[in-house]
Amino acid sequence: MSGPSLMDSLFQRSLEDIIKGLRQQLIGEQAFISKALDEIRKEIKSTDLSTKSTALLKLSYLSNLHFHDMSFAAFPALEVLSSPRFSHKKIAYHAISFSFHDSTPVLLLITNHLRKDLNSTNEFEVSLSLQCLSRIANVDLARDLTPEVFTLLSSNKLYVRKRAVAVVLRVFEKYPDSVRVCFKRLVENLENSDPQILSSVVGVFSELACKDPRSYLPLAPEFYKILVDSKSNWISIKVLKIFSKLAPLEPRLAKRVVEPVCDLLRNTGAKSLLFECIRTVVTSLSEYESAVRLAVGKVREFLMDDDPNLKYLGLQALRIVAEKHLWAVSENKEVVIKSLSDADPNIKIESLRLVMAMVSEHNVSEISRVLVNYALKSDPVFCNEILGSILSTCSRNLYEIIVDFDWYVSLLGEMSRIPHCQMGEEIENQLIDIGLRVKDVRPELVRVARYLLIDPALLGNSFLHSVLSAAAWASGEYVEFSRNPLELMEALLQPRTSLLPPSIRGIYIQSAFKVLVFCLHTCFVRGGSIVPSASLNNLPAGVSASASYESFDEFSVENGADVTVVHGQTRASAPITKESIVNLLNLVELALGPLLGSHDVEVQERARNLLGIVDLTKPEVLNSSVQEKDDSEGKGVETSQIIKLMHDAFSKELGPVSLSAQGKVSLPDGLVLKENLGDLEMICGDIEPPSSNSFSFGSPYEEKDGLSFSNLQIKEDSEQSNESTSLLAEHRKRHGLYYLPSGKSELISNDYPPANDPTLQCDINDNDDNLVKITAESLVPKRKPNHGKPRPVVVKLNEVDEKPVAMKQPESRDGSLSGAVRDVLFGREDIPPTSSQSNLSNKPSSKRKGKEKQHTDPHLESKENVIDDGNSSSRRKDRSHGKERRHRSPRKKNFEERKDTDQKEKEKSRRHHGRHKSRQRAEEPLKVTAQTPVIPDFLL
Amino acid sequence: MIHFVLLISRQGKVRLTKWYLPYSQKERTKVIRELGGVILSRGPKLCNFVDWRGFKVVYKRYASLYFCMCIDQDDNELEVLEIIHHFVEILDRYFGSVCELDLIFNFHKAYYILDELLLAGELQESSKKTVARLIAAQVFCLMEPCCFSGFTFQ
Repeated sequence: MSGPSLMDSLFQRSLEDIIKGLRQQLIGEQAFISKALDEIRKEIKSTDLSTKSTALLKLSYLSNLHFHDMSFAAFPALEVLSSPRFSHKKIAYHAISFSFHDSTPVLLLITNHLRKDLNSTNEFEVSLSLQCLSRIANVDLARDLTPEVFTLLSSNKLYVRKRAVAVVLRVFEKYPDSVRVCFKRLVENLENSDPQILSSVVGVFSELACKDPRSYLPLAPEFYKILVDSKSNWISIKVLKIFSKLAPLEPRLAKRVVEPVCDLLRNTGAKSLLFECIRTVVTSLSEYESAVRLAVGKVREFLMDDDPNLKYLGLQALRIVAEKHLWAVSENKEVVIKSLSDADPNIKIESLRLVMAMVSEHNVSEISRVLVNYALKSDPVFCNEILGSILSTCSRNLYEIIVDFDWYVSLLGEMSRIPHCQMGEEIENQLIDIGLRVKDVRPELVRVARYLLIDPALLGNSFLHSVLSAAAWASGEYVEFSRNPLELMEALLQPRTSLLPPSIRGIYIQSAFKVLVFCLHTCFVRGGSIVPSASLNNLPAGVSASASYESFDEFSVENGADVTVVHGQTRASAPITKESIVNLLNLVELALGPLLGSHDVEVQERARNLLGIVDLTKPEVLNSSVQEKDDSEGKGVETSQIIKLMHDAFSKELGPVSLSAQGKVSLPDGLVLKENLGDLEMICGDIEPPSSNSFSFGSPYEEKDGLSFSNLQIKEDSEQSNESTSLLAEHRKRHGLYYLPSGKSELISNDYPPANDPTLQCDINDNDDNLVKITAESLVPKRKPNHGKPRPVVVKLNEVDEKPVAMKQPESRDGSLSGAVRDVLFGREDIPPTSSQSNLSNKPSSKRKGKEKQHTDPHLESKENVIDDGNSSSRRKDRSHGKERRHRSPRKKNFEERKDTDQKEKEKSRRHHGRHKSRQRAEEPLKVTAQTPVIPDFLL
Repeated sequence: MIHFVLLISRQGKVRLTKWYLPYSQKERTKVIRELGGVILSRGPKLCNFVDWRGFKVVYKRYASLYFCMCIDQDDNELEVLEIIHHFVEILDRYFGSVCELDLIFNFHKAYYILDELLLAGELQESSKKTVARLIAAQVFCLMEPCCFSGFTFQ
């Protein structure tokens, strides 16, 4: 298709036509745009620059506001750019800076256009070109155009100069070596009297100082002067920003700056400047008490202001202060708490963070109380924000601030009952974690768990399922603290548990198993209606109220009224009688019978286990209840033995296990691990790997289940002879690899907890009791001084709970940039050996190694040469008067000029002499570079 | 520094976009969709700052237009609010009580004004008078004799 004809050009639609057409929407927006795009594609091929540029303008409009791709117009844009007319250029530059990016193929072609315009006499063309460069600069463009930008930095047109200053930042970023060329002129502009230029330069330095403040310390006197003299708030803000980066590095500087900043703080009327002063003080000058006081006073004004912006920023500033001066927050406590109910979610979150910063072990319960009340009232998002921050603050450093764990556990229970709560998993983790770590809290934990479990309404909320699983686990594990195991059993088996996902249902059944074993044990082994061991108050059971929960009606009715359901709060314990056991067994059969057909293996297996033990014990219970002792005497003994064994298995204490515990288990003698693994594939190639859930030892929570479960399997396997054994045998067959030989099976439960104990490396194979004892001893109790109630022991593991110390060094992203800046500023004399200097500090070694290393990477080689060049001769010159220069560094212009000329010469000869020189220099002593940074005494 | 400038109408229509860092076209639409949702849904009496992906977005509503600028964490929000106000005042001075329609039909002029005001994400010109003068001078440049037709860029 040929290009558009003259007629097309004449009747080309202008941008305005497009905009009008779009607004009229006669044929729908998309249709109109695609029609317009078709036209543009045609017009943009026109040889007439006016037509082309109008097409480009229309296209950039569509691309800007309707996000249509305009990459196809990259080359036409360049063509328009070459037009002599300013209007065309303007359109082209606009389109280019909007659409070009690093991978645009024609980017290479633009260099000359930009260069031409940078040298133009029309200041607006220069400005356009600079603008475009700032946006699309890549390494090549920045390198090729550095000389032009350098020239413009001292242009006598202020308009051009200030724009060049702003753009030089981008050039530095892309091509750090340009610093060597341009930096000096940039610094000269710091002394310019024109506020616009000053504003530009200071802006550039504030960006540069953000990335690597240390390099700009030598310029502190200039900045100081600007800070003191500046009349413009724009400039003051930028200078303050620079000082807030520099002051922490150099205490003398901070001391010097604090006065002028306070003056500004007192006198300025502009809120933005005021805020910048406050921020500078609280971030960088926080050691100066009086300044902080002054700033906090101003923050208070912000907080009292009606303007939500000021309020928000005030809270933000307060949060920064809080790290070092908590008093500032306490002083403004009321405002902060009040802001929790602000209309603005940002303000609410900010004040929430502040409130959390105030939390200490003295006030944690009050604050949590307040926050939970707020959570109840607030919208779901903020509610969860509150809950999340309570959870994370309280659990910080192993519940460091919690003294009263009973209170905390009940708080967790309460939190999970808040309607919007979605923090189920975190609550779950903490409930289990506390249960494992803090022995003293277990009775309360069971109480809370019961409270959650008996409420059928909670089962409907899927966010709470994980909390419920923790509750179920805790009530099973610590059932001996339960006041009424029978009621717990009903709760665990209530019909609405069908709403739970299978994995959690499995936990419910497993807990029911534990509870059942406990009941049986209490009933038979300890003889009749012995009250649960942990019950503190031994009130008569007469206060029982049957069927206090509607959902249990069916059970209660079915069981006859014998089962006594007791309110947890009444502190009464239900006697476990034979009848109640019979009812219990019936209940289990009724509830779990249908689950034998469950599709979930976990649920099915566990249900089967539980039913197995019911089958085993039921005849005996029935017999003994009708007083037929004679014929079943032998079996009765056997059953009670089994029950005793299982009870023992369940009541064995399993502590939290460190993540690295397994690594500490020394290999028992005669256990060959490596050779056998070769056969693994053959033995069980067809078996899928076990779910990580039941056999993982990674998390302290999960393996508990896994272990007790496998323990149970073993016990049952060896001692039971009913139908469930077949299932267990099958399980053993499938997962046989993970069982130890049956003779040693008891070891399983004890291998891991002692493993995290460093004192125990030697006698892993010793008997259980010994290990358990030592483990218990190793759990170092940590007590905090407190008030009234002693803080319970929180079990800690050495390795897991201590966070790994991150040795990460702060790495400056543009090491080469700051390196180059330092070269210029410090004259390469005293380079601080920071990480950002790696390419420089590596230098001596690479040089010593000589040539072969330099051959490895041509890019690196040239870079090193640059460094060497920028350095070798000037350094030789400098060394003689290096010392004095340090003291008169603000006036080191002469030197820098010299260096500049050196630089130019050297750039020419770099390729030829670089390597030669570096070899030459390798012979010189290199101790100068190894010096620590000497920061000149600029201000004093 | 300022990462980008957006003008969004109350109905969610984009009126002007200016990017000072490379964003692909896809990212741009995503940013606008996200921020448009966040900002337009905020009530009138709330603060003008939004935390967004580790950056801060300062916005202000003038009549039916939301002016938004995205800045770094340690930039000064109040300063940016002033820049926005400054921009609006200049537009107002240039168009004579500016309204959304002015920006719709003079989309490129709004850009040129913005370019005078901001460069590489930094404020360039803090004097309204100077900006007006510069714009006028450039318009004069645009008026140079044309060689072919009357269908030139106005």
